[in-house]
Parts: sequence; C-alpha cells; structure tokens
Amino acid sequence: MALLALDNVTKAFGGLVAVKELTFELDAGGIAAMIGPNGAGKSTVFNLITGIYAPSSGSIDFDGRSLRGLRTNRIAARGIARTFQNIRLFAFMSALDNVMTGRHARMGASMFDSLLHTPRQRAEERRVRERARELLKFVDLERAGASYARNLPYGSQRRLEIARALASDPKLLLLDEPAAGMNPREKDELIALIGRIRDSGVTVFLIEHDMNLVMNVSERVTVLDHGEKIAEGSPDAVRRDERVIEAYLGRADGAA
Amino acid sequence: MTRRHAALGLLGLGLVGYPLLDRNNSHVDFLANAGAFILLALGLNIVVGFAGLLDLGYAAFFAIGSYSYAMLASQQFGIHVPFWLMLLIAPVVAALFGLLLGAPTLRLRGDYLAIVTLGFGEIVPQTFLNLSQYTNGPNGISSLDQPSLFGHAFGFSATPYYYVLLGLIALGILAARNLQNSRLGRAWMAIREDELAARHMGINTTATKLAAFALGASFSGLAGVVYAAKLDLVSPDEFGFNVSVLVLSMLVLGGMGNIWGVIVGSFVLSFINSFLLPQSTSLAHAAGFVNVDFTNYRFMLYGVILVTMMLFRPEGLIPSRQRAAEFHEAILDPALAAQEQSEYEGVAR
Repeated sequence: MALLALDNVTKAFGGLVAVKELTFELDAGGIAAMIGPNGAGKSTVFNLITGIYAPSSGSIDFDGRSLRGLRTNRIAARGIARTFQNIRLFAFMSALDNVMTGRHARMGASMFDSLLHTPRQRAEERRVRERARELLKFVDLERAGASYARNLPYGSQRRLEIARALASDPKLLLLDEPAAGMNPREKDELIALIGRIRDSGVTVFLIEHDMNLVMNVSERVTVLDHGEKIAEGSPDAVRRDERVIEAYLGRADGAA
Repeated sequence: MTRRHAALGLLGLGLVGYPLLDRNNSHVDFLANAGAFILLALGLNIVVGFAGLLDLGYAAFFAIGSYSYAMLASQQFGIHVPFWLMLLIAPVVAALFGLLLGAPTLRLRGDYLAIVTLGFGEIVPQTFLNLSQYTNGPNGISSLDQPSLFGHAFGFSATPYYYVLLGLIALGILAARNLQNSRLGRAWMAIREDELAARHMGINTTATKLAAFALGASFSGLAGVVYAAKLDLVSPDEFGFNVSVLVLSMLVLGGMGNIWGVIVGSFVLSFINSFLLPQSTSLAHAAGFVNVDFTNYRFMLYGVILVTMMLFRPEGLIPSRQRAAEFHEAILDPALAAQEQSEYEGVAR
C-alpha cells in the first residue's frame, strides 16, 4: 500500500490554480523526487501535504488514513517531517536545542512536568538530548551542538534542518530544494546523506532543481508543470519524455 | 558552578538576615514592595521574554490577583479565605483570566497582539472601578484580612511580607528556570523564533501560547495577593497602564529572557521609584527646597533610562545569550568557520 496518496488534488488561490487535479502515490521506503520549472506548484504540493494549505478539492491519505482537516502540528505528529526552501531554523537557539525541539511531537512531558522537572521529565530530557547528539553526528555536525543555528555556515544549516526533521522519527521526510546554494562538494555529501536516511528506513520525497542530484538519488520522478503532472517514472524515462523537455526547454519550433 | 552556588548561598543568607540587621521598617517595606515587582517581572518575562508575545496589559492580572484577595478575604462579602489558601487560589484565577485574554488574541501577532493586550489592561481596572456595588468603585476595598502564621498576625510590620515574597521569588526563579529548560520552554522559544516552523515540529502553537499567558498571569496573581494584604487596600488606580509599562521597562532594562537580568532590572527601577526619588525629595525639603518633588520626574527618568539603554545596551544589563547575539549581529562561529575553511581547501587541493 502506498505511504502517501494524493487523489485528484486541486489547490486554487482565487482564480490562480496552483495545483490541478494532481494524483500520485508514493511507496514506502524509497527516494522520490518532484521536479518542474519555477512556479510549477511544487512547494504548494508540500504545503498541501503538511497542512499549511487545505486542498480546494481532492484528498490526501497518509499511511492509510486521510489527512483531511488536520492541522500542521497533527500532521507532523502522524510522521511527516520537512525542511524548507528558505532555511527556517530557530536562529537563536543552539543547534542541539533545534534538534531537541524537532522531537517535540514524540515527547510526553506535560506543562506540570516541565514546571516541576519531575523524574520522568528529567529522564526524558536525557534521552532526547542523547538522541539529538546522535542525529547531529549523523549529519556531521557533532561539533556544532552549542552554536546558534544562525551562526552555522550555510551548508551546515541545511544539514541541521534535516537533523531537526529526523528528530521526530518521521515515516516520510520532505526535502524542499535541499541542495539550493550548495557547492559541488556539499552536494556530494548531501547525496550520501539522503542515501543514509533512506537506508535508515525513512521514505524521502524531495523537490529539487539540480537535475544532476535528482537523477543521481531518486528512484522515481514526478514532473509538474503549471500545477499539473506531465510525466512520472524512472529518472531515465522522465529525462527522455518529450513533454518534460518541452516544459523545460520550450518546443522545438519555438512556439513555446 | 560551585562558586556560583556559593555566591547564591551568600546572597540568600544576606537577604534572609537583612531584616534582622536593618531595623528601619521603611527599608524593609521598600524591599517587600520591590519583591512584589520582581515577581511580576518574572511572570511577564515568561510571556514576553520566553514566548515573545508582547503584552502591554500585564497589570490587569496583578489587579485580578489583588481583587481576588480583597473580595475573598475581607468584610466586603463576609468571606474570609485564609491568606495561605489564597496564595493557591489567586494564581489559578489569574491564570484563567490569562486564558481568557489569550484565547481571542492567538491569531494576532506583534503589534496587533500588543494593542489587544493594551485594551485588556484598560478594561480590567475600569471594570473594577465601575462594578461599584461589588468593589466600592474608586474607593476600593479596605480592611483586608491580616495574614497570620501559627496564630501570629502579620501586623503592620513589613517584615513577614518580606519573607513571604522572598520565598515566592525563590520558587518563581526555580519555576522559570525549570520551564526554560524543558519541552514547553523550547516550544515557546521556537514560536518566538519561527511560528510556522514550530508547527512543523508538531508544536500546538495555540496551546503553547495559552500556557505562556496562563503561567505568566499566575505569577502576578500571587504578587497581587501579597501586595493587597500588605497594603491592606486595593483600588482601581493602582493597576493602570503605567504599571504595565513599568514592569515591561524592568524587563527591557534588565535583559529580556534572562531571569537574573529581569530581577536586577526590576530591583533597579523599584529602587529609583520607591526609594531614591522619595528620599532625595525629603532631603531637598530638609535642605529648604520645599517646592521640589522629584517623584514627579519618575516617568521622565524611565524615559531617559530606556532611551539610553536602547542607544548603548539594547539587550539589557544582564542579557540572555540570545538577545546579546540578536543585537550584536553575529559573525560565523570562528571554530566552525575555520573547520569549513580547511575542508574547502582540502577539496581544492
């Protein structure tokens, strides 16, 4: 059964149709990508999945249950984590605190546990801190724990955002242009990191402009243009698809 | 850490011993009043410093705490709830009003939230003023029940109130510190930094902001009970906008978000307000300048202090690490920058 299923999802902002009758499924356990020219509606799809926007019509099912009407924080708790196209870390919190905050949905401390620091709360804090350190190590930031997120170099901030997202033990990780602004060496590291995330059992779904990265890591590619799905399949098949070439490069007769 | 503990121990010992050394009741009285404001500042710091929600009507909760004591422990209705029990009830009442204020304002951010809280801060004292059949209107409620401990009434000495406030402040510091280093405290800071991202962490921003309003209000509920009992009187004009601004100024002066900074800030302003200005006025009078009254320049002085702070030390006297970094545009962490640099060079070679 599919982990994520969008069925005929449309999102209109007034007269502007950002996503139109989009249907696709994502199987658990792989790396999938969504590509498309600027303004094709890719980020809108992420915002629909995470509940920032509600679909105008259509339905989104995750892990066998509908996400209809759920708020973003409930969807996060169901097991969908994400990163952002423009990094949205908690700038003036330490890297470690950023990752610990990512664990929020999986923690049980109540307001009174927090106020009184009950033994249960302290044990949980210890576990979460330990786990956060492991995750920092996982993304190669073990030395950065005490630094403010804001003070980290750009590439490190991108990796920290991934660690923060992983802290909630998600089933599905959405990466919104994870390679944006990275140099070639950082991109190579990112490709390896995404592979390690997949190997740890998390399904990865990414939006990316960097074709090289998309073709390298993803097992399945969905192409969006003007809010509509125009192609879907293996990277090789998509690369040869005429509608995709047309969307990116314009028609051969120049009448794009 | 041990030096810090030793310093804290010494400070605590000094504060506990102070009324035994200084027999001047007016000094202890000043310290007790300052204590009530420290408690207020600790509470407002949760709302403004931790969660980043600008509250310009915080004095309303102080009023609610004070009036709860005045109505439930006096001849007003013939109800006499013991002082110690009121220390449990009033924070709960104030917290409920915190929820009441919080609930409709949660969609608002920044300036808009500030304006609504400003309105709330005006409505509450006005309500106490106009419900005169219950509150005696502008005259307020007087002859409140005197607290007593083991059969000994507190009397008109400020000393017992001083000790009660000392104890409450100690608990308040512990509570604020615990909250800061907890799941809830991180959620507050996350909301302050980026509300949308916070939601993606699974944080219920509605409940989390309400918790800040409720917990912040509960501190001023406590302060209100002690303040009312000590003054033996509550009246609507004690809880105006100027009190909200005073407490906020204490945070700005001391260092928003930092517990010790907030305490220092509120002590300094209380000292100027209730000690320095009245004392210098009496000195001037004694010296023959009978027409001067320095207390009239109180707000001018606050203004000067705030403008000076904003110009030279906007993060406050004892800032939290975050605020200091926010105001002094951070450069890359040197160690990490060096590490990255060497890695890049490694690739280039």
